[in-house]
Amino acid sequence: MFPAPLTHWFDTQGWTLHPHQLDMLERAQDPSTLLIAPTGGGKTLAGFLPSLAELSTPTKGLHTLYISPLKALTADIRRNLRRPVEGAALPIRIEDRTGDTTYTQRRRQRADPPHILLTTPESLALLLSYEDAPRIFAGLQRVIIDEIHALAESKRGDQLMLQIARLETLAPGLRRVGLSATVEDPPALARFLGPATQIRQADPGPDPDIRMLVTSAPPPWSGGGGKYAIPAILDQIKAHKITLIFHNTRAQAEIFFHNLWLANEDLLPIGIHHGSLSREQRERVEQAMVAGSLRAVVCTGSLDLGIDWGDVDLVIQVGAPKNVKRLVQRIGRANHRYNAPSKALLVPANRFEVVECQAALEAVRAHDLDGDPRGPGPRDVLCQHILATACAGPFDATQLYTEVTHAGPYATLARPNFDACLDFVATGGYALRAYDRWQRLMIRDGKWTLRDPRAAALIRQNLGTIIDIETLKVRLKNATLLGEIEETFAASLTPGDTFLIGGEIVRFDGLREMTVQVSRAPGRAPKVAVFSGTKFATSTQLSHRILTLFQQPDWPNLPAHTAHWLQLQRDTSRLPEPDRLLLESFPQDGHEHLCIYGFAGRNAQQTLGLLITKAMEDQGLAPLGFVATDYATLIWGLEPVTDAAPLFDLATLRQGVETWLAGNAVMKRSFRNVALIAGLIERANQGRRKSGRQATFSSDILYDTLRRYDPDHLLLKITHEEAMRGLVDFSRVEELLTRIGPRIDLIRLPRVTPLAAPLFLEPGKVPIHGSARDRIAEDAARQLLRDAGLD
Amino acid sequence: MTHPFTLGPAHLIALPSGALHWPHENLLIVSDLHLGKSERLARRGGALLPPYETRATLQKLDHDIEATTARRILCLGDSFDDLTAADNLAEEDRLWLTRLMAGREWIWVQGNHDAGPAAIGGTHRAEITLGGLAFRHIATAGTPEISGHYHPKARLPGSTAPCFLIDTARVIMPAYGAYTGGLWCDHPDLAALMQPRALAVLTGRRCLARPMQG
Repeated sequence: MFPAPLTHWFDTQGWTLHPHQLDMLERAQDPSTLLIAPTGGGKTLAGFLPSLAELSTPTKGLHTLYISPLKALTADIRRNLRRPVEGAALPIRIEDRTGDTTYTQRRRQRADPPHILLTTPESLALLLSYEDAPRIFAGLQRVIIDEIHALAESKRGDQLMLQIARLETLAPGLRRVGLSATVEDPPALARFLGPATQIRQADPGPDPDIRMLVTSAPPPWSGGGGKYAIPAILDQIKAHKITLIFHNTRAQAEIFFHNLWLANEDLLPIGIHHGSLSREQRERVEQAMVAGSLRAVVCTGSLDLGIDWGDVDLVIQVGAPKNVKRLVQRIGRANHRYNAPSKALLVPANRFEVVECQAALEAVRAHDLDGDPRGPGPRDVLCQHILATACAGPFDATQLYTEVTHAGPYATLARPNFDACLDFVATGGYALRAYDRWQRLMIRDGKWTLRDPRAAALIRQNLGTIIDIETLKVRLKNATLLGEIEETFAASLTPGDTFLIGGEIVRFDGLREMTVQVSRAPGRAPKVAVFSGTKFATSTQLSHRILTLFQQPDWPNLPAHTAHWLQLQRDTSRLPEPDRLLLESFPQDGHEHLCIYGFAGRNAQQTLGLLITKAMEDQGLAPLGFVATDYATLIWGLEPVTDAAPLFDLATLRQGVETWLAGNAVMKRSFRNVALIAGLIERANQGRRKSGRQATFSSDILYDTLRRYDPDHLLLKITHEEAMRGLVDFSRVEELLTRIGPRIDLIRLPRVTPLAAPLFLEPGKVPIHGSARDRIAEDAARQLLRDAGLD
Repeated sequence: MTHPFTLGPAHLIALPSGALHWPHENLLIVSDLHLGKSERLARRGGALLPPYETRATLQKLDHDIEATTARRILCLGDSFDDLTAADNLAEEDRLWLTRLMAGREWIWVQGNHDAGPAAIGGTHRAEITLGGLAFRHIATAGTPEISGHYHPKARLPGSTAPCFLIDTARVIMPAYGAYTGGLWCDHPDLAALMQPRALAVLTGRRCLARPMQG
């Protein structure tokens, strides 16, 4: 079954195949297989073995398509595959195709495809949009999707599954293989990959060696970053070869890195890696890691995936992991060898996170992973897929609908929902039928086709579901590029403000033609670096574990300082319980306070803060502001809350979220993403922005126009669905209030309680007055005029 | 709320909507309406934008005319996204525009998008001088002058908005149309036209003045 030259080459290398690799060879003919194997388990090779076997007899044309979420991974895999292929002298041509592939190479690949093509979902979308796609893919036998667990968490995965459905139409009998790290719900991932998917589990290997880092000083009461643990972390770096130090946000990684270097008296080589740094800077760090010249790297999720960076023997997670599955996958980055336990340390950033880290440790030991089930495939991605399909050639609506429902995420898509997407793509889907003459797609000879075939080029430029957050480059006066920051963060800066980037403190001098100009300002205290990156919310399952942990009679597993704190809370008030909602009301610092222990995650607690203060305003309770964390919302105001039930009425809150949501910046941000993916607006490409043309305008204008004149439009519906699940996360508010029912305990206390006290120290307080924005802008305008001598 | 200022002999008022009011001449000036923009983009095979920008722009103009009781309206070029867009205006929008024009003196100055007479009433001019001020679409050396074309925009903490650029010799108007992008007011092309101490007056809920540079 396995070709002799390959067996021979494996023997000379002293390689033996793992059981799951042999298993994949034996089941090579299965139509759809999901292989779940731990990091370092050779799962990529397992995916390729059947292809290598089949291709050992010379064939023509494309046989296997390999798709990975990372460009860098395709290049890595190509190098790794070449060794056995060249070693065994197999007649197999392997090439990669990504955004970096040259134009000539890409043309040649279309004319004469290799046996194995390694690519990304975005490049595949482009390939499938060409008229010659049917010819290119006609003989395709196998498709391998690497890191499918990561793809399945985003719209890239939904798009990919639509493409696989397309490929199956072009190449009937196509076999699928999905390769995944450890996940919480394998059957759900199998359904995502396709009907009749068989699940194969490799030996998960030994349990990780994972502990909480014990420090002489207890963690602070609030805040993030883990600065207090720096001496202990430096000791750990010295005791290991290479340490990865994960942070949940880029801003925290920056601040930590800065402080780490201030304490790094031995000048250990330590680097930083996150998505806001320039590509050159990231590549330098990556190369240094592979070369083994770094002892530690401070990083964020940008190092979460795939590539083998070298001999990492310790992973440190600073700050509560928020999500057990991500923690497990991060731990897998240490000891990237099969059957060796990974070593990891958790560093809680504050007292509450000690509890959360303990809950996470117990979850890892119990193999209890979490993850919120994804809803059905989003329709903006479907709109784009319809548009891309039209670029390749005319299609029949019913056939395309049937094909789309073969993609896992769209298996339950109803025909009217498909038709609404088709209508949007063809006519804009507006209540005012303005574009009858200028439809984008029209029916010719019973098939849908582009009205103007020249539009295809523009549509192809806009394919893909990765939305770049609008960022601005940060440069020194001498044009040295330091990195990028989000436009919204840049807009909040006034000249003289200091912030951290690339571990350096810089002073903001001004904005010049879309570039943030800064100068170095060592020694100055940085204004907190807020890149407003995605804040991870603590998962539902982890929150539940924390609430359960609270119910223990005592806490021998927790450090004494934290156990003592919880006991004090139990004595003075109460500890929150899983099936009840605890509210504390108390006066403090001349104001009345209400603390809501919802444990619903940061986004939902934030939404709850906005909705409850709105209701309090209506009841004359004069709220002044609130602050939200993953576990609680603290509201302060002039009047005490004496009756909680009317504030927490689900129907009222639901109505509030509808009115409040519509004009919210979060909605506008979601709308922009949806409009880009669905093809309503084009991506701002760098060149055009530089030339400063007036052609592009803000998607906010379209959002406001649609809301005013066409409130039932498809894109507004999709935007709403997204926000409710994502940044607004009202789904978790619903889940909370449904779960607790009438079991709300409002306790009146004479002063702040132990559990509420840390909330007073939290940054990110939200004031309650709509005019705040105007006032800030007015003050700033006046100051600028005064400074310029123009007042 | 508004931003009153003088230019040469004229006492002018910048309105938060992006229109300029000259009470002494009973004149309302707007620039770069770009009516019919979505229709033009669709015609050229681009995206099908919400086809409501013409009525949104007309609604704003209607409101400004009513509030200022202006009897003379001057549109400073690029009033239509192109001449075909003027021909293809929806019947409802054309009627609305006709209603606004009825009983008023209406001057269309031509722009680069709508060069040539559109099949619509009013006076059509390449440029015009009124009360000692020159009005043209694109700024020239001849001042005092009011022009449009560049769609200037500016930032303040927490907001980005289309803006008037104002110095002692020249005003560059913000784009009044609903679907119009902008050119940052510190762009070299604008810096070359304006004096160093020029103001950027942001439009929005109220007018907010800031230095154009810095």
